[in-house]
Amino acid sequence: MRSLSNIFRLGIKELYSLRRDAVMLSLILFTFTVSVYAAATGISHDLNNSAIAIVDEDRSQLSLRLREAFLPPYFREPALISFRDIDAGMDTGAYTFVIVIPGDFEADLLAGRRPSLQLNIDATAMMQAGTGERHITGILTQVITEFVDERAVGATYPVDLKARYAFNPNITSSWFTSVMEIINNITMLSIILTGAALIREREHGTIEHLLVMPLTPLEIMVAKVWANGLVILIACGLSLWLVVEILLQVPTVGSKPLFLAGTALYLFFATALGIFLATLARSMPQFGLLFILVVLPMNMLSGGETPIEGQPEILQTIMQAVPSVHFVSFAQAILYRGAGLEIVWPQFLLVTAIGSVFFLFAAARFRKTISVTKS
Amino acid sequence: MSEEVRPSVRVEGVSHRYGKTVALDGVALELPGGRMVGIVGPDGVGKSTLLGLVAGARKIQSGRVMALGGDMASSAHRRLVCPRIAYMPQGLGSNLYMDLTISENLAFFGRLFGQGRRERRERIEALLRSTGLDPFAERPAGKLSGGMKQKLGLCCALIHDPDLLILDEPTTGVDPLSRRQFWDLIERIRARRPAMGVLVATAYMDEAEKFDLLVAMNDGAVLATGSPAEIKARAGCESLEEAFVALLPERHGREHRTLEVPPRTMRDGPPAIIAEGLTRRFGDFTAVDRASFEIARGEIFGFLGSNGCGKTTTMKMLTGLLPASEGTAWLFGEEAKAHDLETRKKVGYMSQAFSLYAELTVRQNLDLHARLFHLPRRRIAGRVDELIDRFGLADYADELTEKLPLGVRQRLSLAVAIIHEPEILILDEPTSGVDPVARDGFWEILIDLSRNGGVTIFISTHFMNEATRCDRISLMHAGRVLASDTPAALITEKGAGSLEEAFIAYLEEASGDKPAQDDTRTLAPPNAGPSKERDAAGGRHPLAFDWHRALAYSMRESMEIRRDPIRLAFALLGTVILMLVFGYGITFDVEDLTYAVLDRDASPESRTYLEGFAGSRYFVERPPLADHADLDRQLRNGDVTLALEIPPGFGKDLLRGRRPEIAAWIDGAMPFRAETIRGYLEGVHLRYLSDLAFETYGEELPGLPVGLEPRYRYNQDFKSVFAMVPSNIAILLVFIPAILMALGVVREKELGQITNLYVTPVTRLEFLLCKQLPYIAIGMSSYLVMVAMAVFLFGVPLKGSFFALSLAALLYVTATTGLGLVISSFTRTQAAALFGTAIGTTLPAIQFSGLMQPVSSLEGAAALVGQAYPTTHFMTISVGTFTKALDFGDLSASFLALALFPPALTIASLLLLKGQER
Repeated sequence: MRSLSNIFRLGIKELYSLRRDAVMLSLILFTFTVSVYAAATGISHDLNNSAIAIVDEDRSQLSLRLREAFLPPYFREPALISFRDIDAGMDTGAYTFVIVIPGDFEADLLAGRRPSLQLNIDATAMMQAGTGERHITGILTQVITEFVDERAVGATYPVDLKARYAFNPNITSSWFTSVMEIINNITMLSIILTGAALIREREHGTIEHLLVMPLTPLEIMVAKVWANGLVILIACGLSLWLVVEILLQVPTVGSKPLFLAGTALYLFFATALGIFLATLARSMPQFGLLFILVVLPMNMLSGGETPIEGQPEILQTIMQAVPSVHFVSFAQAILYRGAGLEIVWPQFLLVTAIGSVFFLFAAARFRKTISVTKS
Repeated sequence: MSEEVRPSVRVEGVSHRYGKTVALDGVALELPGGRMVGIVGPDGVGKSTLLGLVAGARKIQSGRVMALGGDMASSAHRRLVCPRIAYMPQGLGSNLYMDLTISENLAFFGRLFGQGRRERRERIEALLRSTGLDPFAERPAGKLSGGMKQKLGLCCALIHDPDLLILDEPTTGVDPLSRRQFWDLIERIRARRPAMGVLVATAYMDEAEKFDLLVAMNDGAVLATGSPAEIKARAGCESLEEAFVALLPERHGREHRTLEVPPRTMRDGPPAIIAEGLTRRFGDFTAVDRASFEIARGEIFGFLGSNGCGKTTTMKMLTGLLPASEGTAWLFGEEAKAHDLETRKKVGYMSQAFSLYAELTVRQNLDLHARLFHLPRRRIAGRVDELIDRFGLADYADELTEKLPLGVRQRLSLAVAIIHEPEILILDEPTSGVDPVARDGFWEILIDLSRNGGVTIFISTHFMNEATRCDRISLMHAGRVLASDTPAALITEKGAGSLEEAFIAYLEEASGDKPAQDDTRTLAPPNAGPSKERDAAGGRHPLAFDWHRALAYSMRESMEIRRDPIRLAFALLGTVILMLVFGYGITFDVEDLTYAVLDRDASPESRTYLEGFAGSRYFVERPPLADHADLDRQLRNGDVTLALEIPPGFGKDLLRGRRPEIAAWIDGAMPFRAETIRGYLEGVHLRYLSDLAFETYGEELPGLPVGLEPRYRYNQDFKSVFAMVPSNIAILLVFIPAILMALGVVREKELGQITNLYVTPVTRLEFLLCKQLPYIAIGMSSYLVMVAMAVFLFGVPLKGSFFALSLAALLYVTATTGLGLVISSFTRTQAAALFGTAIGTTLPAIQFSGLMQPVSSLEGAAALVGQAYPTTHFMTISVGTFTKALDFGDLSASFLALALFPPALTIASLLLLKGQER
């Protein structure tokens, strides 16, 4: 009981301290609003606004139709370039795709001489090259088929394939990127808030002051965890509601309370990780480096940026021990697929278990490192 | 220079405020050159502000400050005279670099003032000899005692033969022996350079007695000026301390009276504190060596000793903060243990450094501690009010603690320490930096607590008049207790006239160390040309960019980095680890996608259709689905990313040519993966169709009348690694250089070393550019490591020009460290700088710079950010040289864009970085 009241008091103190830190507050505000919005509207994983150029050496009615077939939002208006501009344009990344329509293309087609269209793809643009090729091929096929409709194909396939996207019928990227950006922010913020706060207290000697009072290190730590976690949880909830749902119009089918409950479990882990890192680092620059070393892989490899299926087997196995992977996975399950507790409970359990291990780890180091101060 | 008779400093109508607080209110002063001028007064009356303004470290808000014949508001004049002014800010060694050794610190300051190697060496040697620091020349400043730090600070200030020396409370927190040595040193220097003016703020009245001229200040205004004798005469008092109190306006002086310590009434019971053979070692350094003492209940026990002699460590062992290596301590007959919560409730502890929460108000701090000690709820408000009243904190109750003057803060700390009415008070130098009046007030409370409350007080101090008030004192030196007795007995023992003399006698006896008093000759000026001549001879204009000064910062920064091998190792090793993780981990080659089938036909035809999926390397099959509900559930769970449904009668319909329809559901939660799955799905489907056509009709599937030739350029196999590895180099060169850089600058701000930028001739441009150099070097080494990894480990050949890539990397690293500089110039705490850099780099670098998708496809703000971010351009060059075999000519646009960043970022930081404190 006394312990709970201590934890409560110390936590309130944390909140007061944070309230005075205008820079920190505005950065929190910035990450959960502007950067979520920018990430959601700026980036799309599907084909969007692709830079395409056409070398038209035919200048026929058909080539004109082909040129006009590439429409926004998938493509930017095709640039008409000459053959020798191809290399420069692709080298500098100005065009991701260049279609070459050879001379006498229409004439050859009508004469049944099966002319060829060349499609150059910048294969270093990993996310667009594959999807783009499929889209472009489809468009070219359709235009040419219509043009020579007496030889139309397609209706004669013996089996039809009807593919639908579940949960996100138009695979709108902003649905995905907005929530993933929030998740990345949660990881980043919780580590910085708790870790940096602890290091600052150590550098200013206030931790030592707490330790001569009838308080246990565990109480000090739990207070930091709950107070900072709460701030982030509220920021996350507001961001989800105001930015994602209202501003970006992303429909979330699942239960938001369930998602926030999961977030709270994840925050337990992430704040403990922040404290753990702070006990490893001796100064703020060291903490900064540790932070980058830990946060970048967590954000990049947890399935929020690139598909986790592409990673080598070993890495995938290792990543299973990182709660952010499970967080990304249950966030997707709850928010997009409307999964309930009966589905995500194993992941909740895993996050809690790994979080507890980290918490105990951090608590063990905590006492050790703060008592041996500089003197 | 000696003909300088006009006042060296003239202050006219200077006012200064911090927010609502007025620090100086229309101060006017005229201070002659070549004299020793002391500024005395309580804390928070504006002494430090005044000194900062005269030194040019603070920006003048209103009024005029003339120093050494010019207006300090003019930056040209400041630059011109700063080589002639030396400023030592408040705090023990606050402008020193704790990781650097004594001689490295001195060499740094020598370089800042443009001294050549020989001159520097001679000066350093002379200074070290005369201060007796020469045996410790290679010891890091952080490991010096407070007295030695201050001597080193003085050496750093004197290295360029200043005409005006400004010292802000230089002896606060320094033991008597070191203090005496410090003033002797100043005397000798003045004897050698009589033209030098010295301006000192001090809290010690005995020091003030020796000054030529005193300025007594209170509440931001000057009370009196004159020689010590004049001031005493005016107040009609014997001692300066009394005179000062008498000069104070009624409000402050009224309650003051000479302190009487009533005799202690002996109490029964066991001693409050017993220490037996307490020993504490840190590695091979013994901080406390077999300390033993007994303190009776209600006794005031004083602890005296030079800085770093083990007083603080002993106190920490008693509080249980530090476990003892050997020996035991008992508090009230119970052994002091590190984790005993009950004992802590009986003890109040006040640490040497202020350690309350600066971001809380006075009342909030008291309230928090009352609650943490679990005072009964209804008593809390009463107790807080009582303490506020008793400690005279009413005027400050709702102010933020960080804005309080030092003396008030110390009162608050004491109030917090006794809030739970402890039986023992352990106070570690509670009155350091507190003015005489406030100190007496403080002691009044202590005496009351001891005599009327029966509280045992264990206090360490540097003030001899405080020590004489103690019932008994212990003298400590180098970890050992030299003597323990009543003050009177100790004086008699040494046959000394005062406690101070007795103490110094004990110290000298213990250390066998005679201060370097008689070797004034070693102070003989090394080619002692006055500084002005030297500048003229060097022909350098102080405003021009000077590589000597600039490189001083670079060298110092590199030394600091070298001293912190962990940071360096992280920087390089971290890059390697991240490169490995990203190189293998970030990939868009999606394989092993899980799928499951709801086969409601189960005919040979349906099995033939599904064989295509089972054989595909992209897909991994999961157990078949039972029904639609199962299909829904598995998709929802994320167990499968693709579900196929084959309708009943598929085989029959196919054979009869009735075009059966196969349904596929793709998990759309992750759009990129969904698109990829669709591509694979259609591929497998088409393969089936053409196989079917070939088997049934013996011919190819009727195709398009045209051929389509897709060409995957630059990366024929369309493998992620070729695109991702060069991109990762671009990504990884942002974070670590930018963060290291930003923290490097903000750290100086937080620790106070930034003052050196304000008061030495170094310009902001020199400061910025040259702090950057070591970090650029770190960045370039990471770059080389990563290129080697790309080529040899990941097998991504570098097809284009290595030279072009390296040049671009150099520009790029300069830009990313510049980004760190920009962030550092507007953040004040390291935490904010770290956070700001993390936000300022991750999103733009990862999302908007072409790693995920071409910048040409970005929209709106993202596109703008992408174009205006250096990573975009370096990524083009990196991917271009690696995979596209490009050279300068092909990439000229990117090079041009990249080259714009360093100057633009430098100008931005230059504009944002302040040349003076406000």
